[in-house]
Amino acid sequence: MINENAVELRNVEMHFNMSKEKLESLKEYFLKLVKRQLHYEDFVAVNDVSFDIKKGDVFGIVGLNGCGKSTTLKIISGILEPTKGTVKTYGTIAPLIELGAGFDMDLTARENIYLNGSVLGYSKKFIDEKFQDIVDFSEMHEFLDVPMKNYSSGMVARIAFAIATVTTPDILIVDEILAVGDFLFQQKCEERINSMINDDTTVIIVSHSIEQIERLCKHCVWLEKGKIKMIGDALEVCDAYKNSQR
Amino acid sequence: MSKDTLNKANFFSDMKKFMPLLKNLVSKDFKIKYRRSVLGVAWSVLNPLFTMLVITTVFGKLLKIEVDNFATYYIVGFAIWNFFSEATSSSLSSILSSAALIKKVYIPKYIFPLEKCLFSLVNFFFTLIAVVIVMLFQGFVPSITTILFPIPVIYCFVFVCGVSLFLSAATVYFRDIQHLYGVLLTILMYLTPIIYPLEILKDYKLVLRIVELNPITHYVEYFRGLVMYNHIPGLKENLICAGMAIGVFLIGALVFKKAQRKFILHI
Repeated sequence: MINENAVELRNVEMHFNMSKEKLESLKEYFLKLVKRQLHYEDFVAVNDVSFDIKKGDVFGIVGLNGCGKSTTLKIISGILEPTKGTVKTYGTIAPLIELGAGFDMDLTARENIYLNGSVLGYSKKFIDEKFQDIVDFSEMHEFLDVPMKNYSSGMVARIAFAIATVTTPDILIVDEILAVGDFLFQQKCEERINSMINDDTTVIIVSHSIEQIERLCKHCVWLEKGKIKMIGDALEVCDAYKNSQR
Repeated sequence: MSKDTLNKANFFSDMKKFMPLLKNLVSKDFKIKYRRSVLGVAWSVLNPLFTMLVITTVFGKLLKIEVDNFATYYIVGFAIWNFFSEATSSSLSSILSSAALIKKVYIPKYIFPLEKCLFSLVNFFFTLIAVVIVMLFQGFVPSITTILFPIPVIYCFVFVCGVSLFLSAATVYFRDIQHLYGVLLTILMYLTPIIYPLEILKDYKLVLRIVELNPITHYVEYFRGLVMYNHIPGLKENLICAGMAIGVFLIGALVFKKAQRKFILHI
């Protein structure tokens, strides 16, 4: 049987210990331990969420701030381990969560392309081959040997986006990244995402821009306080979401 | 291809996938360390030489420690010690300082302490150049057994990795370790025969016992025996060295493995 799903979430729960005081020293810890004052407040960021994402789907996640969108994405990409429940993903994942995480600002763009590439698990040979593509896409030819600390945030985002999308991953995770860069570059990014969608990549998008979700996504889930409020066709969910905000 | 993102079973495929990252991180550290300094990488050789000059003046000339070829004696021990102290104290905060990365991308976390250990190993080889310079300067002919020197270095590396894994994981939960460790290192340094020979402890049985329990003592003595005294340690000494290294490594790796699941909640 061929598995049709790219991502399967089953009863996923994510709890955080919200200790009132942050204990960061041994002395404090033992004092509290002895006095039995180690209180934790359990905070449930994601509560019993289950859904499947089909292969080749473009899947949006909407919701207000703090509703568990980013936590859900982090669980899918394997950064966070859920407290309960299981996550299964099929295929390679390229996360575009907050671009530029793997950059060292003291290094030049050229060096950073190799560093960030290896953070995403690409081999040196692969980056050698794709180097020109990355530079062309980011349009940063003149600034390649300048330390990245002298770059503007838009320029950093260009390089980061170019590196992250140089492969065609099976699953692409996009978190609010299209907000940076000028409008021309934003168009370019959307074009690249669209071409990936045509290549049968599963795309998961989180965005506060409902228009963007409506334009790009086929299916959508609406999270509220860590729970699924609504799931289904992107336009219907977005409509309901927009109406609820009025 | 089906892959369970959270399964530890893909340890080896992870390892293969992130080898280039390990290499790039080491070369990044190397570039950043020497960028914009005039002498650049020569500092890796000069630093141990200067330290050696200070120590031989203070302990060799003023406090008159009785060892033949004291400068060589010292720098050979110093090379191993410096490797240990540099690797462990830099990996101590390696997880914390990589927080930005760990929070955003999936990377096997042991990469970070391991990278610091490898970087220190590279530095160790530069220190060896200083060792050779001092030996030549003292007119000291290295013994033929010197060619076996990778053996204690491998033992020491495994040991260092174990300590580093443990420390980097523990520091995530208890930041105090960062401040405490400097003091600990000083104590440990004096409990290792680097600036004195073991013989001066023969009247202090308790101290001698503690010094002999210190794994680094064994690596230093092993290394020194090969380089200076034409002495190949026997099976017993090898078993002690390997046993301590593997034991500490296993403990470190286990603690790290248990702790790493919750790193992200604490950094």
